[in-house]
Amino acid sequence: MSENTAMLEEQFRRRIAGGETIEPNDWMPDKYRSQLKRLISQHAHSEIIGMLPEGNWITRAPSLRRKLALLAKVQDEAGHGHYLYSAAETLGISREEMFDQLHAGKAKYSSIFNYPTLSWADMGMIGWLVDGAAIINQTTMAKCSYGPYSRALLRICKEENFHKKQGMEVIAMLIASGPKGKAMVQESFDRFWWPTLMMFGPHDAESPNSPDMLKWKIKLKGNDELRQRFIDMTVEQAHAWGLTIPDPHLKFNEQTRSWETGEIDWKEFQAVINGNGPCNHERMEARRNAHDNGAWVRDAARAYEAKHRRNGGTTV
Amino acid sequence: MNAPHQQPDDQWDLWEVFLQEGENEPHTHAGSIRAADAENALQNARDVFSRRGAVKNLWIVRSRDIVATVPGDTASFFEPGSDKVYRHPQFYRFTLADELWKKP
Repeated sequence: MSENTAMLEEQFRRRIAGGETIEPNDWMPDKYRSQLKRLISQHAHSEIIGMLPEGNWITRAPSLRRKLALLAKVQDEAGHGHYLYSAAETLGISREEMFDQLHAGKAKYSSIFNYPTLSWADMGMIGWLVDGAAIINQTTMAKCSYGPYSRALLRICKEENFHKKQGMEVIAMLIASGPKGKAMVQESFDRFWWPTLMMFGPHDAESPNSPDMLKWKIKLKGNDELRQRFIDMTVEQAHAWGLTIPDPHLKFNEQTRSWETGEIDWKEFQAVINGNGPCNHERMEARRNAHDNGAWVRDAARAYEAKHRRNGGTTV
Repeated sequence: MNAPHQQPDDQWDLWEVFLQEGENEPHTHAGSIRAADAENALQNARDVFSRRGAVKNLWIVRSRDIVATVPGDTASFFEPGSDKVYRHPQFYRFTLADELWKKP
């Protein structure tokens, strides 16, 4: 490392420690840039792939009210994907590059979206559990050191609360409808509980990128702390609804005032992350098709712009 | 699954979006979008940044047309404004008999 770089790194470290926000044109260590590119593009991909399990139910929503909510939610996810791709682009990676990484199967996205949505109760479950977990992650991350990511997350957090609430409304209504509805919720809960806990990532001790990311305030809390916050909140809600947590080892620790769970099946987590979950193939297929089938729209918009430019005017 | 994507496409132009979110509020930067032309940019900006209303007016400008200060030069560039304490009301001190304050 040259003397100059060492000095810049020290200045950078002091700026982060002083709570300053890093902006796109500021000097930053290569590794800070590459970690952020990875993190923000993965987050963007998750929003886009996350549209698929819910899109699956738009045509089968049980009422117009539910269909409207689902459509609005899926539109929000597309918007969130846009905010995040833009934030990643400020780091000098192009959108094509990110799409190519995703479509080639080289990029990761949240493992939860590789599970199927088999019943209507799953739409409630995604709002309650999956968006609930995402909100805990994102509200913490919104205080991160990189300005464009932080600002994108603030916008996302503002919109995400409706996602969780509409999901909880779906669950509450199914439970109130009687034993059949409640059984449907329990069956869905049994399938989503563990995969949702996996969303927070591996234990801190096994999370290879965590130390750097905490040092640079790319991450502000460890995976385990955020997971615990989610568990404590959600176990109480599940009990209030009379649901059973699918974990024989779950117990309340009187000392820490916290719920302790059994061990997560990390083999399953690794399998899903590495492309072998129940729906990985299907999701990637749907994503690639959507991109390829949208090519004519991109071409048409470009042709329209070119025609107006030739005519010497703008399109507005 | 591992074949590289066959149709790399160059993305549309990058535009910056500024929203005026209330009566008598300034336009503030909200983020960026991609669009082929200005009309398309206005529509995309609306769809991405005002899905819940609350926007009074929207500006878009091609990102490449924005000129900004350079981070490395920030200190010297803004220096002329940083040492002029006499431009602040706190710089001026005087006393006045109390009753003079109360007169219309």
